[in-house]
Amino acid sequence: MFARENKLTAWYLGVAMTALFIGGFFGPLQKLEYVGINFYTTLNKIGIASYYQGLTLHAVLNALVWTTFFIVGFFTFAITHSLKKELTHPKINLISLIVMIIGLIMAAIPILMNLATVLFTFYPPMKANPFFYIGLVLVVVGSWIGGWGFYLTYIAWRKENPGVRTPLIALGSLITMVLWQIATLGVATELLVLVIPWSFGLVEGTDPQLARTFFWFTGHPLVYFWLLPAYVSWYGMLPKQAGGKLFSEPLARLVFWLFLALSVPVGLHHQYLDPGVPAGWKFMHALLTYSLFLPSMLTAFNVVASLEIGARNNGGTGLLSWVRALPWGDPSYTAQNLAMILFVFGGIGGLTNSSYNLNLAVHNTSWVPGHFHLTVGSAVTLTFFGIAYWLVPKLSGKPLWNRKVALVQAWTWFAGMLLMGNGLHILGLNFGVPRRTMIGAAPYAADAWTPMLIEAAIGGIILGISGLLFYSNMLGTVLSKKRLEAPIEMPVAEPYESEPAPAWLDSWKPWLAVTVLLILVAYGPVLVNMIANANMTSPGFKVW
Amino acid sequence: MIHVDRNEKLYIIISVALISVFFVALGISSFVYGIQVPVPEQRVDPRTIATPAPDNPFGEPGLRELVPGKRYDAYILAQIWSFTPREIRVPAGSTVTFYVTSKDVQHGFRINETNINMQIVPGEVSKLTVTFDEPREYDFICHEYCGVGHQAMAGKIIVEP
Repeated sequence: MFARENKLTAWYLGVAMTALFIGGFFGPLQKLEYVGINFYTTLNKIGIASYYQGLTLHAVLNALVWTTFFIVGFFTFAITHSLKKELTHPKINLISLIVMIIGLIMAAIPILMNLATVLFTFYPPMKANPFFYIGLVLVVVGSWIGGWGFYLTYIAWRKENPGVRTPLIALGSLITMVLWQIATLGVATELLVLVIPWSFGLVEGTDPQLARTFFWFTGHPLVYFWLLPAYVSWYGMLPKQAGGKLFSEPLARLVFWLFLALSVPVGLHHQYLDPGVPAGWKFMHALLTYSLFLPSMLTAFNVVASLEIGARNNGGTGLLSWVRALPWGDPSYTAQNLAMILFVFGGIGGLTNSSYNLNLAVHNTSWVPGHFHLTVGSAVTLTFFGIAYWLVPKLSGKPLWNRKVALVQAWTWFAGMLLMGNGLHILGLNFGVPRRTMIGAAPYAADAWTPMLIEAAIGGIILGISGLLFYSNMLGTVLSKKRLEAPIEMPVAEPYESEPAPAWLDSWKPWLAVTVLLILVAYGPVLVNMIANANMTSPGFKVW
Repeated sequence: MIHVDRNEKLYIIISVALISVFFVALGISSFVYGIQVPVPEQRVDPRTIATPAPDNPFGEPGLRELVPGKRYDAYILAQIWSFTPREIRVPAGSTVTFYVTSKDVQHGFRINETNINMQIVPGEVSKLTVTFDEPREYDFICHEYCGVGHQAMAGKIIVEP
């Protein structure tokens, strides 16, 4: 059973990891450039024309490709294994994989040819080669197709199991896919209506302000599309790995529904400083963004309580010293626990960014990449590493190459991110150092920045080493000749209380209705007004 | 309803209270202290914005004196990879309203160590006001990636005694 699903998952994960390897390669180079060690003159010889071409590869491959491929792959595995049901239409999911790979190649070629050095935000009127945009659309559409395959499987499962609560892992994964499909309507509209016809020269001008608004319609829920698969693991799997149970299963469900309802109508908090958006709408999105703090607070209590149950089952005692009884020798567990700790800092910084007023101090400074390296770069990526430490052995049928190396990998990622995150946050807050800028060549760079630039660079180097340790473990596992002695099963945390969740926490219609309503209220009037008054006056520019 | 553990219930109440405090703090700082963010000011045509014309202040960007020593308007035009003008001199104690737009791609405009921080979007004018009390220099920096020369795009405000 599940032979096809496992194979599909392995493909998605393979592409994801390959992308992260190439994209991650540029990370340490960027931080070294900050302290005056410039490898880009050497990289010119292998066709990397500039710091910013490298930065585009880093951002697109890590933030868009690594995440999306890993998530669709992980869900292909998690949904089917959680429902204990094979995909009903495996061809649909195979088409998803193929479309996503075609899109990836189509987008990667212009980037590698230096025809799309527009970073992952590709703000018009910077104009890339059209195939860059078409490739991105195909990656997104491919992931939608994968989602349709999941829904059909789920509908079939529902018919066979009337009245049964959807297992939490499947439910969280399905909600995440639905969130993604609603959220990406923004960027799909931006690309298909505004950008692609314009990049082909079919229309002369575009409206950069409107394009930004469509982009951030997708841009913020995008971060929950990255984060929620980590939550699926933290709620649905990690308590089991710690020897415990899920403390409050119904509240875990509620958290996923709240993220579905609240993730989209908050995008304007990325545009507080945009000239073309009225202040009232910005303020409304600020309040809605702060409501999103609630599901993350709920998660903090629930997941920690679940882990505590595990630690006490393992013999842990005391008010806090039970922490020592968590399975710190298990790299999959350790990576995910460290990811959670970094997420606490990332979350607090996120409150600053989403604050209507504090954002003024940090907007577009290095504080922002400092923030998202603690969130998507740590909470998400380190959790995915942790998942890979059991999932890759499961899929390959081979034991993890070296557990000690995996443990060192998790701890070095943690240390590297702490140093780099701290450095970038302070540089942004105290000195206003701009984000995504070749700081080593900036005439305004000041001596006072040097200590924190060095700290960030040391963090970057440690992260580079940690990345190599991860890849040596993955290759070592896949290429090894050993076979697993006992089969690995997906860890599934049981609920602590046996009473099933109420029906309204397993019901799509009311939550989808609230989601659509909130989007219409928060985006409807402002977006209609911007569309009605669109100024298609910006011709395209190639500025690299 | 769902059964919720007693401690967890208390924790949820505290969380909701905390979020409510944040709401109130946001409201007070935004409306009472008058935190300003750029809002729709004026739509312009980026293709002609650099062309001098009687009704186009960006045709001849620079400082306009409204009240000598007290109030100024600064019109700044962003383009790859420089601001025009690059340097602005005002006397200490003056209040300056910045009007910034772009004739090509998106840029950023931040005056370090002040609350002036704006996205510069072609077709829109970004406007914020600040008072410079002490004689000193401030850097203003483009913080939005705008091409391979982005890191060079900056200017200075010199507040004279």
